[in-house]
Amino acid sequence: MSPVRKPKVAVWKFASCDGCQLSLLDCEDELLTVAGVVDIANFPEATRAVVKGPYDISLVEGSITTPHDEQRIHMIRRMSKNLITIGACATSGGIQALRNFKNVREFISIVYPRPEYIETLNKSTPITDHVFVDYQLRGCPVNKYQLVEVLSAFLHGRKPVTPAHGLCMECKRQGTVCVMVAQGIPCLGPVTQAGCGALCPAHERGCYGCFGPKETTNTASLSLWWKVLGVSEPELVRAFRSFNAWAEPFRKESEAHER
Amino acid sequence: MNAKSIKVEFLARLEGEGGLFVRVKDQRVLDVKLRIFEPPRFFEAFLRGRTFNEAPDITARICGICPIAYQMSACHAAENAFGTQIDGPIRDLRRLIYCGEWIESHALHVYMLHAPDFLGYEDVIQMAKDHAQAVQRGLRLKKIGNEIMTLVGGREIHPINVRVGGFYKAPSKEQLAGLTEDLKWAREAALETVQWVATFTFPDFQRDYEFVALRHPHEYPLNEGHLVSNKGLDISVQEYDQHFIEDHVQHSNALHSVRQERGSYFVGPLARYNLNFDKLTPIAQEAARSAGLSAQCRNPFQSILVRAVEMVYACDEALRIIADYEVPEQPYIEVRPREGTGHGCTEAPRGILYHKYSYDERGLILSAKIVPPTSQNLKTMEDDLVEFVSTRLHLPNDRLQWQCEQAIRNYDPCISCATHFLRVQFERG
Repeated sequence: MSPVRKPKVAVWKFASCDGCQLSLLDCEDELLTVAGVVDIANFPEATRAVVKGPYDISLVEGSITTPHDEQRIHMIRRMSKNLITIGACATSGGIQALRNFKNVREFISIVYPRPEYIETLNKSTPITDHVFVDYQLRGCPVNKYQLVEVLSAFLHGRKPVTPAHGLCMECKRQGTVCVMVAQGIPCLGPVTQAGCGALCPAHERGCYGCFGPKETTNTASLSLWWKVLGVSEPELVRAFRSFNAWAEPFRKESEAHER
Repeated sequence: MNAKSIKVEFLARLEGEGGLFVRVKDQRVLDVKLRIFEPPRFFEAFLRGRTFNEAPDITARICGICPIAYQMSACHAAENAFGTQIDGPIRDLRRLIYCGEWIESHALHVYMLHAPDFLGYEDVIQMAKDHAQAVQRGLRLKKIGNEIMTLVGGREIHPINVRVGGFYKAPSKEQLAGLTEDLKWAREAALETVQWVATFTFPDFQRDYEFVALRHPHEYPLNEGHLVSNKGLDISVQEYDQHFIEDHVQHSNALHSVRQERGSYFVGPLARYNLNFDKLTPIAQEAARSAGLSAQCRNPFQSILVRAVEMVYACDEALRIIADYEVPEQPYIEVRPREGTGHGCTEAPRGILYHKYSYDERGLILSAKIVPPTSQNLKTMEDDLVEFVSTRLHLPNDRLQWQCEQAIRNYDPCISCATHFLRVQFERG
């Protein structure tokens, strides 16, 4: 068999904490194997070597928050056969999308003594608002095993297996007793996508929605149940307004409790 | 041509994004600027109106590499404001998870980000072809650090089990005991790391730095202590604001932090080591001496060696905690919010991380101030580069550029954090 060209994989960063691309370096057992089958063409966090595009797979971390980044994502899309967004920032705007509910000028003046030095957009937006995205991987941070699954699926030309169902399914399957039913702890599990391993309920705490909304959510019904548990309107606003605040079902639900 | 500029558009093997610009004329360095173009995310603004208990999870998202540091400083600030002191097994569990973060972060930096500079490789994957055994050792060390984080915190990045007052759920004695064999291996591997790094060639470089770190009467600092320096500083964490000020410079989205009336200072492993050598465990002290280090080290290029020594310490300390651990009666102490201001300062892998919050009577955050370690080191990095480049102007641009990058990586700068950071640009003109 003639030698086959290794697929080129690039990692790109926008506004983010670096945690999702770190997930790739956190695959300690798989890293050298992955590096053996792909050509890591651009990954500034890990290497100073840069291989020119086009790329077979671009992994994009972070949200769009500056005029420069708004342009850069189009350049990356043009160079990429497949573009996969990784993490809550890239798929929903991230925690920095909390600015979208306020006046960003005011935010700048709170943090920076010389606001005139700062160039930023009014809103933090997900990558899909700007370019076509081939696959979105959720989580704040992503689950590294899901990341390896998505990479492996794309390398083999198959569909990745990352379920869009709710966290409750994952929780039940693990045999964790429901913290909301049994202990009255408010939990976002019923409206949140599975994938983290239902960690919070397994640690006696309610899910805080870091994987974003699941398919077909009923956030309004969950809010009613939270109120039964004594949760106030401002607390509901804050609960839906965290790492996936700008994801539509969560955004609408938080706005419904702001009036 | 006697004039040139060196431009590194995008500094690699750093966490976050930044660049370096150096301007040289007539064999003199005119200007060095570390440009931070990591986009601002405004944490201190949107923390306003959130509750004290949300701050650990929200601020963790400032940095995926050192979330525990953010969670710890945020918890200590709230506990400081509400008059809660954490002792016993909960305090030990905090030190344990912090040891996990140090091991994970130091192994990442030593093996994957910095060692390739010393051995002349673009990255760890290329380095792995010739140094497979070392890289495998580094990866397993990193994995064991992550295992501690996962066991105590639920997951390695943005752990979910940390809360103000302690933890949501305390691990069992058996669970912790399960880490013992791995940690014994890790301590040996960290000792081998010290010996391996000691064989590297370190550029001869040092300056008269002011090192700043926490110091605690009984232990190598992680969560608590006084802020001290080698130039006479000795203050409580509450007095931080009176001694350090933040400067906003045009070329950077990160604020530069300086010592009031004194200028740049140096935080991180080298600072901790110089100010706390006596608090290292005998095994860690012996490892340092066997690598040719004395109790004082001023060469920032040797920070990689000190990081390896700190890994030995972190493994040693983790083993001690695990051996002594008893499950706390309650996984957390209930705090009672009250109006006031709280300060928290802990030793992130890269140096001191300061948080200050004002709360209303219900514990809602009225204002927040966060000073990450990288923004405290920025001025020192620029100052280092001025002197470093001045003595190496004879080098060709590509050599000089790589050495400048290496000099910056001495500080393991985490740019995601500093934004509120690298590209290298040399202009010889």
